[in-house]
Amino acid sequence: MWNGIKVIVFALLVLGAAMAANFGRDLAFQVHAIIVAAVAGYMLIKTIAAIGDKPKPKPTGYMDDVIRWGVIATVFWGLAGFSVGAWIAFELAFPDLNFGVSYITFGRLRPVHTSAVIFAFGGNALISTSFYVVQRTTAARLFGGNLAKFVFWGYQLFIVLAASGYLMGATQSKEYAEPEWYVDIWLTIVWVAYLVVFLGTIYRRKEPHIYVANWFYLAFIVTIALLHLVNNMAIPVSFLGSKSVGLFSGVQDAMTQWWYGHNAVGFFLTAGFLGMMYYFVPKQANRPIYSYKLSIIHFWALIFLYIWAGPHHLHYTALPDWAQTLGMVMSIILWMPSWGGMINGLMTLSGAWDKLRTDPVLRIMVVSIGFYGMSTFEGPMMAIKTVNALSHYTDWTIGHVHSGALGWNGMITFGALYFLVPKLWGRERLYSLKLVNWHFWLATIGIVLYAASMWVSGIMEGLMWREVDAQGFLVNSFADTVSAKFPMYVVRGIGGLLYLTGACIMAWNLWKTAIGAGQTAPAAAVPAE
Amino acid sequence: MGILDKHKIIEKNATLLLVLSLLVVSIGGLVQIVPLFYLENTIEDVEGMRPYTPLELTGRDIYVREGCYLCHSQMIRPLRDEVERYGHYSLAAESQYDYPFQWGSKRTGPDLARVGGRYSDEWQADHLRQPRDVVPESIMPSYRWLEEKVIDGKYVADSLKANAAFGRAPYSEEMIEMARADFRAQVDPDADTEGLQSRYGAAADWGGRDVNVRNFDGQPELTEADALIAYLQMLGTLVDFSTFIPDASR
Repeated sequence: MWNGIKVIVFALLVLGAAMAANFGRDLAFQVHAIIVAAVAGYMLIKTIAAIGDKPKPKPTGYMDDVIRWGVIATVFWGLAGFSVGAWIAFELAFPDLNFGVSYITFGRLRPVHTSAVIFAFGGNALISTSFYVVQRTTAARLFGGNLAKFVFWGYQLFIVLAASGYLMGATQSKEYAEPEWYVDIWLTIVWVAYLVVFLGTIYRRKEPHIYVANWFYLAFIVTIALLHLVNNMAIPVSFLGSKSVGLFSGVQDAMTQWWYGHNAVGFFLTAGFLGMMYYFVPKQANRPIYSYKLSIIHFWALIFLYIWAGPHHLHYTALPDWAQTLGMVMSIILWMPSWGGMINGLMTLSGAWDKLRTDPVLRIMVVSIGFYGMSTFEGPMMAIKTVNALSHYTDWTIGHVHSGALGWNGMITFGALYFLVPKLWGRERLYSLKLVNWHFWLATIGIVLYAASMWVSGIMEGLMWREVDAQGFLVNSFADTVSAKFPMYVVRGIGGLLYLTGACIMAWNLWKTAIGAGQTAPAAAVPAE
Repeated sequence: MGILDKHKIIEKNATLLLVLSLLVVSIGGLVQIVPLFYLENTIEDVEGMRPYTPLELTGRDIYVREGCYLCHSQMIRPLRDEVERYGHYSLAAESQYDYPFQWGSKRTGPDLARVGGRYSDEWQADHLRQPRDVVPESIMPSYRWLEEKVIDGKYVADSLKANAAFGRAPYSEEMIEMARADFRAQVDPDADTEGLQSRYGAAADWGGRDVNVRNFDGQPELTEADALIAYLQMLGTLVDFSTFIPDASR
């Protein structure tokens, strides 16, 4: 019966998608319809093939299959996102690097890069670690059976549709919310399923207290849902085309967008990743969290304050002054709960600092918390209006974002991956700690080159734009500032390449670990816990 | 720390944790976003603002499609150097028909909020074809394909309709009905442009000037370059600043 319904639904989907491909008004929509038809067709065949099979026994123990896939996807999308990033960094230094091809101009690849690193790399890291952490800290199997698989594969489909759409020019032009209307609807469905799996697992917990990491993961999931729904409200020009028109315009739209944009940082890249920190750092250091009380205070303060910080992206714009001032004040206060998280993470190493000498994985985690602390100091500083007058519109912002993204998000994810792969594939240790050390140094030096070059180029161009001579005339043409930045753009690209190289070494190391190379003892069978 | 002990209640109840988190994160957005929709001084009262013509709107869609907003802002801040370099600081009123806004966040290239009329059509066409032919230091890629892509405005009325839905952009039924004709008329100086001007130009009640009617890219066909240049050439030119009085309460 159930299989019969599934067959009908998938068959209708194939038919509908094929019609959409035929009647679609633009290339992105047609290609997407073909992708959807192919996916639905595959599911149709799979369902038909499974008809008549005996029902499988109900699985017990932790559901780790989907997490193993999640780890693989995290590494894959990480490499993809870093590569595109390095490529477009060099496009800015050498503008003919798109070879006259429209699909790979900076304007179309930039959202591919940002979405690939934030939503594909970061998102898969968050989904897979949250599934791992919630099971271990509740002693319960993931709720909803195959729903977790739907979340994982549905999310991959979202990534493919979003990224391929950008290449063909399907974009809402809202930063970090570029996917068009039907991709947004699909993500909404996947995200609700994610919430159901995560929350359902917490409801099943055998431990009365909900562990602090799960507070952060939960806040991240619900807030992202709220942000996504409000910021993506749009009216499709046609149900047979990718183009949509945003519901809001001008100043209201700008405020809504940066309420979303800043909290994509605040909840996707901060709250969710703090959830990772709160599990993996204590585990790797083998020490308890430094302060339970600090975690309560900084959790509530962080989620309350972050949401107010959006207007600092709109200083001195046509946004009314009251909103700008409010955003600035709240952004500065936000420094405190941010550092509350940093202190709680770093001080967890109390009594275990000696491990930094011998454990490069722990070193990666500690450096990531260090970068978190640095960028959450730099951010409030840049949110001060007078500082922002200089920094806004310049490369300084790009440097700031990358010290957070490469330093904090990237490094804590690498740390979690190094922790997870031996556990998930039943190996007693990593293939090579020496390679972890190489990764650590390549990534760290890469970030330093990136951030330093962007500070120099950002502050330089900011000062050049405003420079006036004794008569009060502007000294530099805009083009002067562009050519002055060239060496810094090359250094930035090299920094990105170093970071990418480190990630390639990690991928190799994790692969060798997973296949069991270099293990001293045969892999022990994982007991069903 | 008696109050922190009570936190046990929240961390033992997943529903409570979920609901409280959602409440706590809702406050900031409500305070900052909602008032912008009803405070009367949010959008200045100005003369001359009108919705985009069908051709300009098509050009704007191309601007969005190519990701121009990732390198060019359209928001001049009220700072001395910006006003000197780009012109009068941008008003909220000037982007009120931008669904969505194009203020941007980065100036890898210069601000475009008032680029309209600053360069000739020919310069714009040359620049899109190969930016380094006219600005040797430029790092913008060539957008050669724009002048090769012929467009017919087949769906432009739908685009106007979507912009006007729910009482948003002030497109009248007549404007939507005549969208395709207006689309074509704007690139043809020999066409009867009276209708176009009566809807969007000086004769209409926006209090502004006539719409630019020219063969923007200099080619016989109507191409994407025509639409994009038509859009660029009107940016920041609509508001009549001789009648504009800033509101100190804003």
